[in-house]
Amino acid sequence: MRRAGVPVAFSQGFTPHPKISYASAAPTGVASEAEYLEVGLREPVDPAALRAALDAALSPGLDVLDVVVASGGGLADRIEASHWRIELPEVDPAVLAAAVATFTAADEVMVERMTKQGRRTFDARGAVITIDVSGPPVTPSVAPAVPCAILELVVRQVTPSVRPDDVLSGLRVVAGLEPPVAPKVIRLAQGTLTAQGAIVDPLDADRDGATIGGR
Amino acid sequence: MSVPSTTPRPVAANSVWPQLESLLPQVTKPIQYVGGELGAVVKDWDAATVRWALMYPDAYEVGLPNQGVQILYEVLNELPDVLAERTYAVWPDLEKLMRAHGVPQFTVDAHRPVRDFDLFGVSFATELGYTNLLTAIDLAGVPLLAADRTDADPVIVAGGHAAFNPEPIADFVDAAVLGDGEEAVLEITAIVREWKAEGCPGGRDELLLRLARTESVYVPRFYDVDYLPDGRIQRVVPNRADVPFRVHKRTTMDLDAWPYPKKPLVPLAETVHERYAVEIFRGCTRGCRFCQAGMITRPVRERSITTVGQMVQQGLEFSGFHEVGLLSLSSADHSEIGDMCSGLAEQYQGTNVSLSLPSTRVDAFNIDLAQELSRNGRRTGLTFAPEGGSERIRKVINKMVSKDDLIRTVVTAYTNGWRQVKLYFMCGLPTETDEDVLEIAAMAHEVIKAGRAATGSKDIRCTVSIGGFVPKPHTPFQWASMERPEVIDHRLKLLKQAINADRSLGRAIGYRYHDGEPSLIEGLLSRGDRRVGAVIRRVWENGGRFDGWSEHFSYQRWVDAATEVLPAFGVDLDWYTTREREELEVLPWDHLDSGLDKDWLWQDWQDSLSEYEQDDCRWTPCFDCGVCPAMDTEIQIGPTGRKLLPLTPVNGLKLPAGAQQ
Repeated sequence: MRRAGVPVAFSQGFTPHPKISYASAAPTGVASEAEYLEVGLREPVDPAALRAALDAALSPGLDVLDVVVASGGGLADRIEASHWRIELPEVDPAVLAAAVATFTAADEVMVERMTKQGRRTFDARGAVITIDVSGPPVTPSVAPAVPCAILELVVRQVTPSVRPDDVLSGLRVVAGLEPPVAPKVIRLAQGTLTAQGAIVDPLDADRDGATIGGR
Repeated sequence: MSVPSTTPRPVAANSVWPQLESLLPQVTKPIQYVGGELGAVVKDWDAATVRWALMYPDAYEVGLPNQGVQILYEVLNELPDVLAERTYAVWPDLEKLMRAHGVPQFTVDAHRPVRDFDLFGVSFATELGYTNLLTAIDLAGVPLLAADRTDADPVIVAGGHAAFNPEPIADFVDAAVLGDGEEAVLEITAIVREWKAEGCPGGRDELLLRLARTESVYVPRFYDVDYLPDGRIQRVVPNRADVPFRVHKRTTMDLDAWPYPKKPLVPLAETVHERYAVEIFRGCTRGCRFCQAGMITRPVRERSITTVGQMVQQGLEFSGFHEVGLLSLSSADHSEIGDMCSGLAEQYQGTNVSLSLPSTRVDAFNIDLAQELSRNGRRTGLTFAPEGGSERIRKVINKMVSKDDLIRTVVTAYTNGWRQVKLYFMCGLPTETDEDVLEIAAMAHEVIKAGRAATGSKDIRCTVSIGGFVPKPHTPFQWASMERPEVIDHRLKLLKQAINADRSLGRAIGYRYHDGEPSLIEGLLSRGDRRVGAVIRRVWENGGRFDGWSEHFSYQRWVDAATEVLPAFGVDLDWYTTREREELEVLPWDHLDSGLDKDWLWQDWQDSLSEYEQDDCRWTPCFDCGVCPAMDTEIQIGPTGRKLLPLTPVNGLKLPAGAQQ
């Protein structure tokens, strides 16, 4: 923010803090295409200029894609669910599909994870809205040398949060699935959830508002 | 919405990233291994003629802020045909995985294997990094012993303060550089460039010989050490023609000509210092007898107030840091420190930028300085270092600070809004008695009493922090005996009781100390000779890693290794540590020239024992320590009478050139 010259607002008090809040950050070691944050400013700035300045100030690979003026309401309230893609190298898609079927059939799947408060046990099934298996794109002429199963996951934002690794733990609990290689996880989207289970860009509401107000 | 093109980081051809990436989810703080910091440089491998891997042999969080490495990294990368990347010590969890999966020691910039580089430069601020050096060499796939290396291996060069006695690691490094690195790395680079352009004639041996002939690069293999029957060194002599009898330290004069770092590294991971640090001067002639840094970095060379101002402006703009550290061995001694602090405080008023002086002498701190440092509302920590508890011991160590000075200074800090002050002392100093250490308690009590009286408040505290004394090469205490750890620990216990003897005052005093055992091992390593290399190797083979970290350090492991290895040489741990040396003993580093005249050092050691104080040559006549004539250098100090250049305030968003909005 300082490198980009952003007029960030600070909290009052003896040790003022910049008004920046992150909504639902991805866990360590997980890639993400959709992270959101909210910044309080001292004065209005052009959102497009802010995007360009912040993007230029950040390290390669950390890209600022869009900036909108908040039209009211907290960002956190609009993050209801996340879409994750989990690549499982050396896992047969059929094996994964069977494990997913067992997982889906269960009412609850209790898993354990170390948290800052110590070891916690919680249900990893309830928060899962959709869980689908897909294989890598296979062209008829070239079969993939190493099988790789892909899991598409939409998970509701709950407390304690259910993360992709919790769902993988759940698959181990119900079906003994043990990926031989560390899985690669990427968050593709987060936002509000429609009745059909689709995720809507949380900034859409502001974008519509800005369009109406601006034109 | 216009989606900007995202540019993924290119993966270098010799990158180990594909193998490393899958290991990272299994280790703690993986972000320390990914690189990508602001200020990091990734160059085309094939376009570079000379390639350096630079290492700070500790964890990333400690190593990244290191000034020395950052300066050399930038100086080298500014050359078009030179490439420099950084590597740090990996934690044991990753080390284990790297061994299991065959991933070699890598640089964080482009994740290239260290073995692919021409040169592997390692900066030692402390001897406790030696075991981490062995881990890095071994993980790199390079033979541990310099003698076993081939033309396919990088030349391993040690630098930093510990390189003033590299004998304990002489078997493991190919070369060592004494003194300032800026010009030394350029000279070494030029020699390697030329040798490669000629088609590497004579291989590794010829390259090392060319380095040795500069008389400022020490190549241990070209020197033989002979021992007397009683274990002492008889002599150290070159075993090749053309190799100098003594190797001299490098001194960079005119710091204004070397304004680095210009583009400080800004880490994504958390590190121990997050600030823009600018060295305001190098060298110190206060003459504290325990202080190796002050002895080996002479003479004092100030950076001018105008250069400091420009560096701060550019450094903050580039990095976005909001703390400025004005570094040196005794920052308040800069001839224009007052104008510098008030000028910077003025320029950054209302911007949340704070100033800190990490090393402040009690007698050079004053009200004006206190006010400038606290002007932006945020008070960074204040630490004063009387070092010795009694007036007598302070004369022995030549720390000419009186108790009255200390009380007055600390009270100044309290009345200017500081609620907490840290006082640093040493235990185990030459001639020290229990009484000398117990006076620390009396001093801390008086500080609190005076502070309460001056502020009318009980809400003030001080922390007494005790470090163990370690005699260092090239200091007047290089001949001194160390105290046994049991004696140190007993004194520390007595001190604790004395501090808490008055419960009201004791509650306002924090007490931090290190026990005596690690200091004894530091003493072994700092004054060791080539035979100590076998101890380091044994400790490393038995799992020794990260010896600077109390949770990883094992005293027993060092004692056991010393007991196993040293008797074959007719010496032992005590021989290196608690034994006092005689005037005529050949010391392991006598052939390494710091500029200090050995006769002067001996005289200063005798003066210490008779409690005679030595003045500072910046303000009193030269006392012939020998450095300036030997090194052809001179004191460079102001005042210049110049002022900070006015800042041109830049407001608003900083848009990249040609940005599409």
